[in-house]
Amino acid sequence: MLEPLVFYTLAAFIIGFGVLVVTTRNTVHCVLFLVANFLCVAMVYVLLAAEFLAIIQILVYAGGIVVLYLFVVMLVNLQRPPDAVPTRGRQSRAGFALAAVMLAEISAILVFSAARPAPAAASALPATSGVGNTEVVGMLLYSDYLVPFEVASMLLLVAMVGAIILARKEA
Amino acid sequence: MTLTPITPYHYLVLSAALFSIGIVGVMVRRNIIVILMSIELMLNAVNINLAAFSYQLHNAIGQVFAIFVIAVAAAEAAVGLGIILAFYRNKETLNVDEMNTMRW
Repeated sequence: MLEPLVFYTLAAFIIGFGVLVVTTRNTVHCVLFLVANFLCVAMVYVLLAAEFLAIIQILVYAGGIVVLYLFVVMLVNLQRPPDAVPTRGRQSRAGFALAAVMLAEISAILVFSAARPAPAAASALPATSGVGNTEVVGMLLYSDYLVPFEVASMLLLVAMVGAIILARKEA
Repeated sequence: MTLTPITPYHYLVLSAALFSIGIVGVMVRRNIIVILMSIELMLNAVNINLAAFSYQLHNAIGQVFAIFVIAVAAAEAAVGLGIILAFYRNKETLNVDEMNTMRW
């Protein structure tokens, strides 16, 4: 009985903070709303029994990526904010139209797949009972998905080097 | 008041709504930093989907893929913000309409 209540509250917060991220003029406030949005998404992960993912979400997104955004917002101290110039109405309307088309497409897919019976895939793997969520994810990461895991670590290394080179002042 | 139990479809609808908000941000805003943040919103929507299906199928592989998505999002944010800093040093602007140096 409690789960629907928690879900609807979290969903309202996620949608609300998402709208605020997109609509707020002040970029610093945008970043702060983004943190709130990420924290609410992390709570949704807890609701979905993905505790490890929730912790990673808080550590990496709310703790790491958002701080990166904040630093960049502080570094580029704008006298003339980009949105101060009036956006051309035609382009803005086209953006809204494209977003509406995407939402309609996603909704159509949802409705059509809801009409069909769900595939009986629930027994593909044994249910993860008895062991913790973190243990299951860790076992998967270090057995079946070891190569993608290493590739992801290489990607992060390359991205780190690339970001340093890109952001470095010209010598 | 009785509420219907939460099914994976509820999570899919939430994810679709969040994704659409991200699309509106990418399409409408002109500030490149806000556009990058909207992309993060869209990646979060995808992660909610993955976690919801992982929960429904009792299968942790969805969470593994969500972790990969988070790793790629971190790399994307680092490189994207580096590009923004380098661009800002040259042009003193964050408006995507003025980023047309390489336009054909």
